[in-house]
Amino acid sequence: MLASEEKAKKLTDKPVYIVGVSQASAGNLLSQKGYLPRLKSRELSVKQAYDMAGLSPKDIDVCELHDCFSIATIIALEGLGFFEFGKAGEAVEKGETKIGGKIAINPSGGLKAKGHPIGATGTAQVYDIVKQLRGESGERQVEGAKIGMTDTLGGDASTVVNLILRRGW
Amino acid sequence: MKHKLDFKDYNEALKQDKLLGLKCKQCGTVTVPPKIACGECGSTNMDIVKLSGNGEIQTFTTVFVPPGGREAEIPYIIVLVQLDEGPWIMGNLTSIDTDKATMDIIGKKVKMGHAVFPGDIYSAGDGARPLFSLEA
Repeated sequence: MLASEEKAKKLTDKPVYIVGVSQASAGNLLSQKGYLPRLKSRELSVKQAYDMAGLSPKDIDVCELHDCFSIATIIALEGLGFFEFGKAGEAVEKGETKIGGKIAINPSGGLKAKGHPIGATGTAQVYDIVKQLRGESGERQVEGAKIGMTDTLGGDASTVVNLILRRGW
Repeated sequence: MKHKLDFKDYNEALKQDKLLGLKCKQCGTVTVPPKIACGECGSTNMDIVKLSGNGEIQTFTTVFVPPGGREAEIPYIIVLVQLDEGPWIMGNLTSIDTDKATMDIIGKKVKMGHAVFPGDIYSAGDGARPLFSLEA
Protein backbone atom coordinates (compact mmCIF):
# COMPACT_ATOMS: atom_id res chain seq x y z
CA MET A 1 0.00 0.00 0.00
CA LEU A 2 1.36 3.39 -1.01
CA ALA A 3 0.56 6.42 1.12
CA SER A 4 1.83 9.89 1.90
CA GLU A 5 4.38 10.19 4.69
CA GLU A 6 1.76 11.70 7.02
CA LYS A 7 -0.83 9.03 6.28
CA ALA A 8 1.72 6.22 6.50
CA LYS A 9 2.69 7.31 10.02
CA LYS A 10 -0.96 7.06 11.06
CA LEU A 11 -1.49 3.66 9.44
CA THR A 12 1.55 1.86 10.80
CA ASP A 13 4.29 2.33 13.35
CA LYS A 14 6.74 0.86 10.81
CA PRO A 15 6.35 3.00 7.69
CA VAL A 16 8.96 2.39 5.01
CA TYR A 17 9.84 5.46 2.99
CA ILE A 18 10.81 5.60 -0.65
CA VAL A 19 13.82 7.89 -0.49
CA GLY A 20 15.11 7.31 -4.00
CA VAL A 21 13.35 6.32 -7.20
CA SER A 22 14.75 6.21 -10.69
CA GLN A 23 14.34 4.82 -14.18
CA ALA A 24 16.46 4.97 -17.31
CA SER A 25 16.29 3.48 -20.77
CA ALA A 26 19.24 3.03 -23.11
CA GLY A 27 18.24 0.96 -26.13
CA ASN A 28 18.32 -2.80 -26.36
CA LEU A 29 21.20 -5.01 -25.31
CA LEU A 30 22.99 -5.15 -28.66
CA SER A 31 22.75 -1.41 -29.23
CA GLN A 32 25.01 -1.00 -26.18
CA LYS A 33 27.78 -2.70 -28.13
CA GLY A 34 31.24 -2.09 -26.71
CA TYR A 35 29.82 -0.84 -23.42
CA LEU A 36 28.83 -4.43 -22.61
CA PRO A 37 29.07 -6.12 -20.17
CA ARG A 38 28.16 -2.86 -18.45
CA LEU A 39 24.57 -1.68 -18.85
CA LYS A 40 24.04 2.03 -19.44
CA SER A 41 20.40 1.87 -18.42
CA ARG A 42 21.27 0.67 -14.91
CA GLU A 43 24.17 3.06 -14.40
CA LEU A 44 22.06 6.03 -15.53
CA SER A 45 19.16 4.92 -13.35
CA VAL A 46 20.89 4.08 -10.09
CA LYS A 47 22.89 7.30 -10.03
CA GLN A 48 19.60 9.20 -10.02
CA ALA A 49 18.31 7.11 -7.11
CA TYR A 50 21.48 7.55 -5.04
CA ASP A 51 21.53 11.31 -5.73
CA MET A 52 17.85 11.70 -4.83
CA ALA A 53 18.35 9.82 -1.57
CA GLY A 54 21.67 11.49 -0.79
CA LEU A 55 23.20 8.04 -0.38
CA SER A 56 25.94 5.90 -1.89
CA PRO A 57 26.42 2.13 -2.36
CA LYS A 58 28.04 1.68 1.05
CA ASP A 59 24.83 2.89 2.74
CA ILE A 60 22.76 0.02 1.37
CA ASP A 61 22.27 -2.86 3.83
CA VAL A 62 20.31 -5.21 1.61
CA CYS A 63 19.50 -5.31 -2.09
CA GLU A 64 17.11 -7.35 -4.22
CA LEU A 65 18.60 -7.12 -7.68
CA HIS A 66 17.61 -8.47 -11.08
CA ASP A 67 19.48 -11.76 -11.31
CA CYS A 68 17.52 -13.15 -14.26
CA PHE A 69 20.66 -15.07 -15.27
CA SER A 70 23.88 -15.72 -13.38
CA ILE A 71 25.88 -13.20 -15.36
CA ALA A 72 23.18 -10.59 -14.71
CA THR A 73 23.94 -10.81 -10.99
CA ILE A 74 27.57 -9.92 -11.51
CA ILE A 75 26.74 -7.12 -13.95
CA ALA A 76 24.21 -5.72 -11.45
CA LEU A 77 26.59 -5.92 -8.49
CA GLU A 78 29.10 -3.83 -10.39
CA GLY A 79 26.57 -1.50 -12.05
CA LEU A 80 24.94 -0.67 -8.71
CA GLY A 81 28.34 0.27 -7.32
CA PHE A 82 28.73 -2.49 -4.74
CA PHE A 83 31.96 -3.79 -6.28
CA GLU A 84 34.50 -2.49 -8.76
CA PHE A 85 34.08 -3.47 -12.40
CA GLY A 86 35.61 -6.86 -12.96
CA LYS A 87 35.67 -7.75 -9.25
CA ALA A 88 32.13 -8.86 -8.41
CA GLY A 89 32.60 -12.53 -9.34
CA GLU A 90 35.53 -12.85 -6.99
CA ALA A 91 33.59 -11.05 -4.24
CA VAL A 92 30.67 -13.45 -4.55
CA GLU A 93 33.02 -16.44 -4.32
CA LYS A 94 34.47 -14.94 -1.15
CA GLY A 95 30.99 -14.71 0.40
CA GLU A 96 30.79 -10.92 0.43
CA THR A 97 27.18 -10.96 -0.85
CA LYS A 98 25.81 -13.35 1.77
CA ILE A 99 23.66 -12.33 4.73
CA GLY A 100 26.24 -10.92 7.09
CA GLY A 101 28.61 -10.09 4.24
CA LYS A 102 29.58 -6.70 2.87
CA ILE A 103 26.16 -6.29 1.21
CA ALA A 104 23.36 -8.84 1.53
CA ILE A 105 22.17 -9.66 -1.98
CA ASN A 106 18.85 -11.34 -2.79
CA PRO A 107 18.18 -13.02 0.57
CA SER A 108 14.80 -13.89 -0.99
CA GLY A 109 16.60 -16.27 -3.35
CA GLY A 110 16.12 -13.82 -6.18
CA LEU A 111 14.97 -14.37 -9.74
CA LYS A 112 17.25 -17.33 -10.30
CA ALA A 113 15.45 -19.16 -7.51
CA LYS A 114 11.88 -18.29 -8.39
CA GLY A 115 11.64 -16.98 -11.94
CA HIS A 116 10.94 -13.42 -13.05
CA PRO A 117 7.35 -12.75 -14.08
CA ILE A 118 6.92 -9.32 -15.64
CA GLY A 119 5.64 -6.75 -13.17
CA ALA A 120 5.39 -9.18 -10.30
CA THR A 121 9.18 -9.30 -10.03
CA GLY A 122 9.58 -5.66 -9.04
CA THR A 123 6.62 -5.84 -6.69
CA ALA A 124 8.05 -8.91 -5.00
CA GLN A 125 11.41 -7.18 -4.56
CA VAL A 126 9.73 -4.24 -2.82
CA TYR A 127 7.77 -6.62 -0.60
CA ASP A 128 10.95 -8.47 0.39
CA ILE A 129 12.86 -5.28 1.16
CA VAL A 130 10.01 -3.89 3.25
CA LYS A 131 9.92 -7.13 5.27
CA GLN A 132 13.69 -6.94 5.75
CA LEU A 133 13.55 -3.34 6.97
CA ARG A 134 10.78 -4.27 9.41
CA GLY A 135 12.77 -7.21 10.79
CA GLU A 136 10.16 -9.69 9.62
CA SER A 137 12.28 -11.91 7.37
CA GLY A 138 12.83 -14.80 9.77
CA GLU A 139 15.75 -17.03 8.82
CA ARG A 140 16.61 -14.74 5.92
CA GLN A 141 16.82 -11.63 8.07
CA VAL A 142 19.66 -9.22 7.43
CA GLU A 143 20.36 -8.03 10.98
CA GLY A 144 19.60 -4.37 11.56
CA ALA A 145 18.77 -3.60 7.93
CA LYS A 146 17.73 0.05 7.72
CA ILE A 147 18.20 0.90 4.04
CA GLY A 148 17.40 -1.39 1.12
CA MET A 149 17.44 -1.19 -2.64
CA THR A 150 15.48 -2.83 -5.45
CA ASP A 151 16.78 -3.23 -8.98
CA THR A 152 14.42 -4.32 -11.76
CA LEU A 153 15.26 -4.67 -15.41
CA GLY A 154 13.14 -5.10 -18.51
CA GLY A 155 13.04 -5.01 -22.28
CA ASP A 156 16.27 -6.88 -22.95
CA ALA A 157 18.27 -4.66 -20.58
CA SER A 158 16.89 -1.53 -22.19
CA THR A 159 15.20 -0.25 -19.04
CA VAL A 160 16.14 -0.39 -15.37
CA VAL A 161 14.19 0.89 -12.38
CA ASN A 162 15.68 1.38 -8.92
CA LEU A 163 14.09 2.14 -5.58
CA ILE A 164 15.85 2.98 -2.34
CA LEU A 165 13.74 2.25 0.73
CA ARG A 166 14.47 3.35 4.27
CA ARG A 167 12.98 2.75 7.70
CA GLY A 168 10.67 5.56 8.63
CA TRP A 169 10.94 5.01 12.38
CA MET B 1 3.52 6.39 -37.93
CA LYS B 2 4.79 3.90 -40.47
CA HIS B 3 7.96 1.82 -40.23
CA LYS B 4 10.52 2.80 -42.85
CA LEU B 5 11.49 -0.85 -43.04
CA ASP B 6 9.18 -3.43 -41.53
CA PHE B 7 10.16 -6.87 -40.30
CA LYS B 8 8.37 -8.59 -43.19
CA ASP B 9 10.58 -6.89 -45.80
CA TYR B 10 13.69 -7.34 -43.65
CA ASN B 11 12.88 -11.04 -43.32
CA GLU B 12 12.30 -11.54 -47.05
CA ALA B 13 15.57 -9.75 -47.87
CA LEU B 14 17.48 -11.89 -45.38
CA LYS B 15 16.17 -15.00 -47.16
CA GLN B 16 18.07 -13.69 -50.21
CA ASP B 17 21.22 -13.24 -48.07
CA LYS B 18 20.56 -9.48 -48.16
CA LEU B 19 21.02 -7.74 -44.82
CA LEU B 20 19.09 -4.47 -44.73
CA GLY B 21 19.64 -1.76 -42.14
CA LEU B 22 18.40 1.75 -41.45
CA LYS B 23 20.95 4.56 -41.65
CA CYS B 24 19.97 7.58 -39.63
CA LYS B 25 20.06 10.92 -41.45
CA GLN B 26 20.37 12.71 -38.10
CA CYS B 27 23.33 10.92 -36.50
CA GLY B 28 24.62 8.46 -39.08
CA THR B 29 24.12 5.37 -36.93
CA VAL B 30 22.92 2.19 -38.63
CA THR B 31 20.09 0.37 -36.86
CA VAL B 32 19.60 -3.33 -37.56
CA PRO B 33 17.29 -5.27 -37.18
CA PRO B 34 14.87 -2.55 -38.20
CA LYS B 35 12.98 -0.38 -35.75
CA ILE B 36 10.64 2.56 -36.10
CA ALA B 37 13.29 5.01 -34.89
CA CYS B 38 17.06 5.23 -34.82
CA GLY B 39 18.46 3.08 -32.03
CA GLU B 40 20.94 5.79 -31.11
CA CYS B 41 19.17 9.15 -31.30
CA GLY B 42 15.48 8.30 -31.75
CA SER B 43 15.04 10.08 -35.07
CA THR B 44 12.59 8.53 -37.54
CA ASN B 45 14.49 10.14 -40.42
CA MET B 46 16.30 7.08 -41.75
CA ASP B 47 17.24 5.56 -45.11
CA ILE B 48 17.21 1.85 -45.93
CA VAL B 49 20.75 0.64 -46.65
CA LYS B 50 22.13 -2.68 -47.76
CA LEU B 51 24.79 -3.96 -45.39
CA SER B 52 27.72 -6.17 -46.39
CA GLY B 53 27.08 -8.85 -43.77
CA ASN B 54 30.80 -8.78 -43.00
CA GLY B 55 32.02 -8.29 -39.48
CA GLU B 56 34.06 -9.46 -36.53
CA ILE B 57 33.05 -11.86 -33.74
CA GLN B 58 32.75 -10.05 -30.40
CA THR B 59 31.55 -12.92 -28.27
CA PHE B 60 29.73 -16.24 -28.50
CA THR B 61 27.78 -18.86 -26.59
CA THR B 62 27.37 -22.52 -27.38
CA VAL B 63 23.82 -23.66 -26.72
CA PHE B 64 23.17 -27.17 -25.45
CA VAL B 65 19.64 -26.77 -24.14
CA PRO B 66 17.27 -25.81 -26.95
CA PRO B 67 14.16 -23.69 -26.85
CA GLY B 68 11.04 -25.52 -28.02
CA GLY B 69 11.16 -26.50 -31.68
CA ARG B 70 14.93 -26.38 -32.01
CA GLU B 71 15.84 -29.76 -30.55
CA ALA B 72 17.32 -30.92 -33.87
CA GLU B 73 19.71 -27.98 -33.95
CA ILE B 74 21.67 -28.50 -30.74
CA PRO B 75 24.44 -27.94 -30.07
CA TYR B 76 24.70 -24.66 -31.91
CA ILE B 77 26.72 -21.49 -31.61
CA ILE B 78 25.26 -18.01 -31.21
CA VAL B 79 27.64 -15.18 -32.07
CA LEU B 80 27.49 -11.44 -31.54
CA VAL B 81 29.08 -9.87 -34.58
CA GLN B 82 30.16 -6.27 -34.96
CA LEU B 83 29.31 -5.51 -38.56
CA ASP B 84 31.75 -3.42 -40.62
CA GLU B 85 29.12 -0.66 -40.65
CA GLY B 86 29.12 -0.49 -36.85
CA PRO B 87 26.07 -2.20 -35.34
CA TRP B 88 26.19 -5.46 -33.45
CA ILE B 89 23.94 -8.27 -34.59
CA MET B 90 23.21 -11.75 -33.36
CA GLY B 91 23.39 -14.82 -35.55
CA ASN B 92 24.52 -18.42 -35.64
CA LEU B 93 28.02 -19.54 -36.52
CA THR B 94 28.42 -22.52 -38.78
CA SER B 95 31.59 -23.60 -40.57
CA ILE B 96 33.14 -24.93 -37.35
CA ASP B 97 32.24 -27.77 -34.99
CA THR B 98 30.91 -26.57 -31.66
CA ASP B 99 33.86 -28.11 -29.84
CA LYS B 100 36.14 -25.85 -31.88
CA ALA B 101 34.34 -22.79 -30.56
CA THR B 102 36.89 -21.42 -28.11
CA MET B 103 38.10 -17.98 -27.10
CA ASP B 104 40.32 -18.07 -30.23
CA ILE B 105 37.34 -17.16 -32.42
CA ILE B 106 36.90 -13.79 -30.73
CA GLY B 107 37.93 -11.09 -33.18
CA LYS B 108 37.81 -13.41 -36.18
CA LYS B 109 36.25 -12.05 -39.35
CA VAL B 110 33.01 -13.53 -40.62
CA LYS B 111 30.74 -13.27 -43.64
CA MET B 112 27.00 -13.80 -43.75
CA GLY B 113 24.49 -16.22 -45.20
CA HIS B 114 21.12 -17.05 -43.73
CA ALA B 115 19.01 -19.85 -42.24
CA VAL B 116 15.24 -19.98 -41.89
CA PHE B 117 13.52 -21.03 -38.71
CA PRO B 118 10.09 -22.43 -39.62
CA GLY B 119 8.39 -20.60 -36.76
CA ASP B 120 6.67 -21.59 -33.54
CA ILE B 121 3.63 -20.62 -31.50
CA TYR B 122 5.30 -17.33 -30.52
CA SER B 123 6.38 -16.12 -33.94
CA ALA B 124 4.43 -14.55 -36.79
CA GLY B 125 5.41 -17.24 -39.29
CA ASP B 126 8.94 -18.16 -40.28
CA GLY B 127 12.01 -16.11 -39.47
CA ALA B 128 15.26 -15.85 -41.38
CA ARG B 129 18.37 -15.19 -39.34
CA PRO B 130 21.99 -14.40 -40.09
CA LEU B 131 24.22 -17.42 -40.45
CA PHE B 132 27.86 -16.48 -40.16
CA SER B 133 30.89 -18.39 -41.30
CA LEU B 134 34.53 -17.67 -40.66
CA GLU B 135 36.47 -16.00 -43.45
CA ALA B 136 39.10 -18.39 -44.71
